[in-house]
Amino acid sequence: MGNKQTIFTDEQLDAYQDCTFFTRKEILRLHARYHELAPHLVPMDYTNEPDCKLPLALIVNMPELKENPFRNRIVESFSEDGMGNLSFNEFVDMFSVLSEMAPRELKAIYAFKIYDYNVDNYLCKEDLKKTLNKLTKEELTPEEVDLVCDKTIEEADLDGDNKLSYSDFENMITRAPDFLSTFHIRI
Amino acid sequence: MYVSLCVSVDSASHRRNNRRQGAGRGGAKSRGRGKKPASDEEEDEEEEEDDGPRGRRSRGANKKKPAKKRGDDDEEEGDESEDEGPKRRRGGAGGKGGVKGKKGGKAQQDSDGEEESDDGKGKKGKKGGAKKGGKKEVNDGKGKKGDDKGKEKKEDKDKKKKKKGDSSSDSSDSDGEEEESMSEGEMAKLMEEVEEKKKLIGIIRNKPWRMKKRLTEFKEAQQFVDKFEGALGKGKGRKWYAYKVMMTKVLMGLPYGSIPRKTVPRADQDTAQDYSVLMDVNVRAQSCTKLNSKCKSFFLSLQGYCKYSVLFYGYYNSQRTIGLLKFRLPLSYFMVGIGTFGYSLMVVIRTMAKNADVGGGDGDEGEFTFAWKMFTSWDYLIGNAETADNKYASITTSFKESIVDEQENQKDENIHLRRFLRVLANFLIICSLGGSGYLIYFVVKRSQEFANRTDLSWYEKNELEIIMSLLGLVCPPLFETIAELEDYHPRIALKWQLGRIFALFLGNLYTFLFALFDEVNTKLEEEQSIQNASIWAIKEYYANFSRMINDSEVTPPPMDPADVIRGPCWETAVGIEFVKLTVSDIQVTYLTILIGDFARAVIVRFLNYCWCWDLEAGFPSYGEFDISGNVLGLVFNQGMIWMGAFYAPGLVGINVLRLLSSMYYQCWAVMATNVPHERVFKASKSNNFYMGLLLLILFLSLLPVVYTVMSLPPSFDCGPFSGKTKMYNVIMETIDLDLPAFVGSLFSYAANPGLIIPAVLLMVLAIYYLNSVSEAYKNSNMELKKKMQMARDEEKNRRNNMDSTNQVLKDLEDLLPNRSLAPPAVPPEPGSCSPHTRPGKGVNLQKDVALASPNPNSQRPVNRAPGPRPGLEPGAGRGRGRGPPPT
Repeated sequence: MGNKQTIFTDEQLDAYQDCTFFTRKEILRLHARYHELAPHLVPMDYTNEPDCKLPLALIVNMPELKENPFRNRIVESFSEDGMGNLSFNEFVDMFSVLSEMAPRELKAIYAFKIYDYNVDNYLCKEDLKKTLNKLTKEELTPEEVDLVCDKTIEEADLDGDNKLSYSDFENMITRAPDFLSTFHIRI
Repeated sequence: MYVSLCVSVDSASHRRNNRRQGAGRGGAKSRGRGKKPASDEEEDEEEEEDDGPRGRRSRGANKKKPAKKRGDDDEEEGDESEDEGPKRRRGGAGGKGGVKGKKGGKAQQDSDGEEESDDGKGKKGKKGGAKKGGKKEVNDGKGKKGDDKGKEKKEDKDKKKKKKGDSSSDSSDSDGEEEESMSEGEMAKLMEEVEEKKKLIGIIRNKPWRMKKRLTEFKEAQQFVDKFEGALGKGKGRKWYAYKVMMTKVLMGLPYGSIPRKTVPRADQDTAQDYSVLMDVNVRAQSCTKLNSKCKSFFLSLQGYCKYSVLFYGYYNSQRTIGLLKFRLPLSYFMVGIGTFGYSLMVVIRTMAKNADVGGGDGDEGEFTFAWKMFTSWDYLIGNAETADNKYASITTSFKESIVDEQENQKDENIHLRRFLRVLANFLIICSLGGSGYLIYFVVKRSQEFANRTDLSWYEKNELEIIMSLLGLVCPPLFETIAELEDYHPRIALKWQLGRIFALFLGNLYTFLFALFDEVNTKLEEEQSIQNASIWAIKEYYANFSRMINDSEVTPPPMDPADVIRGPCWETAVGIEFVKLTVSDIQVTYLTILIGDFARAVIVRFLNYCWCWDLEAGFPSYGEFDISGNVLGLVFNQGMIWMGAFYAPGLVGINVLRLLSSMYYQCWAVMATNVPHERVFKASKSNNFYMGLLLLILFLSLLPVVYTVMSLPPSFDCGPFSGKTKMYNVIMETIDLDLPAFVGSLFSYAANPGLIIPAVLLMVLAIYYLNSVSEAYKNSNMELKKKMQMARDEEKNRRNNMDSTNQVLKDLEDLLPNRSLAPPAVPPEPGSCSPHTRPGKGVNLQKDVALASPNPNSQRPVNRAPGPRPGLEPGAGRGRGRGPPPT
């Protein structure tokens, strides 16, 4: 891994520490993880903020994400270009939001983005269908999927527009007892 | 993909570096924004709203820097700036801009030189320039939107901008000098701003921003704080970091002797290392109580050496203070025993309260069944392929179950038969509970008879433990079978089942306890006689001693400690019973896993090759891991530890060992031999059901301990409380002897019934009050919920255009006989209303379709033209809007 001081300057580490839910050590570990995804692409020296992005295919193969049915969506929603290319900043951002320390509100925002497949800031029925099919590996019949999606919308849709806006989603998710414990990746 | 990516990365990095220097935050930001899909525009707005409460001023300061650049750009691209004009006015309008300008000017002075020489570092300078600009240009304000749109052009113009930036800062320089001094009000405003920035630094990690934005915002804020706090003469900002570093250094590594906490007091220094002083006293005292018998104990017969080991109550002696530090063993024994209960109670109750707070209570269950299942059922921590497969399966099952539930919600059958069956089931279960209780009582009685005999077989010695373990093994499946009769919903059935098993365990434990108390009472009587005898013997001895040798110094009788006459020490006996129970419980659990799961799995796996039916899918199959049963076992085990820990302090250690080993052992068993439960029951910490059970068992195990502590006399010759009439006297003693006199009188006042009764009354009243308050809150909560539901329904009605007021009219319409004959202008009858409702309906239906086309319920209207309505069922769309609120 080399000498710690050469990867980030002190100020950089401080800034990361204040901007994320990680400690210095964890930031360095995250960098090591990021580095080992593509050793020839990612520089060891981040002091001058090199611009380097890793494609979705690499990141999705991390053991933390590999089994997640929403892995592509997670990476996409954290990437600035929406295509899933993550810079180190975005990489840190992703795990910071998914860390245990992140507050419910923040997690809810990103969860909403993750489940919003067509990126229109609404969870419409198509989004729900996709989510459901990912969750159940398409084991439900189309009728069942329909029923479940309708029910979900009926339960959570407060303004009756037949799709879930963020406020609908937030209202629902903040009361879910398991949300915090399940929307969480340890790295 | 790779190659192209690298190329783009390269060029991007070039560009970025350029712009870092040139445009600071605005540049970095706009670059990202511009690339993103259109939907992110909305997100931007969200962010802006997020910023709102932080105050416009700080925002203005933030945004102005890039805005200034924009302003410069705008001079060249006038067409754009006109669009943005109104928006920008927000930030930069009015006198505030003027204030900013002054500040900016001030800042400018500090950093002017830097700016000239090095653009990259010239952030401060730029800020100053930007603020200056804010004063001058009305449409400066926020150029965020402008940034987004003009990003590409901007990128091309990095260099130009740099020049512009320089020139603008030059021009503002002179302005800044004019307004050199700040007035009081400006100072205050600046300070406010600094405070806001600081607040931002504190919460920046909670902002839903891109990391890049966060980093730049953070840097800006910090620089701002650093600079202006210095300017305001506080200097806190600059020192803040240094302080932090210093503090961590101080706390980490002060050497020995640097602060009082780490130094031995002068008076004790001579003897501090004389540990032997302490040890000596201890050893001499303890040797009297130990018996040098052989350690012939193995697991189930805890006699011999173990009986006198540190595990049990009898080991601890009653010397009031030990050593120079005056360690008060009896007092600390008592306090630890009671404190453990207090602490456990607090922890359990706090956890429950937190769960109730976070989970919103169990009352909300069912409101969001499907939504929660959809969005929270996947555990993002899963990183194992097999686990993931199991999770997929269980999620699918749970969805299917919910669907079935939903479909069969309204079904009801022969209620009388079901009632009868339920009563019958409960009757059977009560019978078996009573039977098991009696069985245990019987066995305990029998074991007391056995206690007087010496020719016991292994079974007879351990009969009680074996019976209890067997009951625990046999009864739960029996209950499960009986519960089939009741036909409850699985979730409710599970709770019943758990409750019954719990009752069984508890009943058994309490029967056992009562039997134990019988034994204790007989031991107490026995002890009385022994005590009398030994007192008499010692008196005799002393009388003889002082007569023979005329010496006032009393030396203990020259007797081998092993030969001293001793009482039965009931406390140790109780402790032994609990340890035996725990150990046998461990054995039974481990053996059950080994035989019931492992052997079964081996047989199923390997005999399957030569068997006439499929063993894996058919009858025996693999064992299921019984989560709820195991959790219950843990809860119960914990109860036993609580109860036994006072009389057998070593039990805690045994339990820790047990938990550690059983974690790994059961983990292995689960992975190797079990299949996942078909329906996953969440036994998480957030489930107050289990916490409730834990609380109940804590309370119930508290009772016997407190009873013995408060009412039974301790043994006269063993344990820390020997020689006292009651155990709690140790507290009185401490108050009398060690604390100043006024504390004693204080306690005596506090213990006065005249004070206690009002205090209890007050507490009762407080409970009553809080209860009624919470009741009121609950009511208003319900009201609000109802209101929300109503608003929601109304909205839905409006959207679906199934206005309830129009319903009657529509029915009337449908009743009209001639509408198929004359399509366009059919209903003359509802006259004034029909033209009103019809078009509306058409429009909204289209909207409906557009919003949720695949919805089978709303599908129907699509086929229908807005005009005539052939064969439209009267209740077609109405049901949705009007039905009872979904629960």
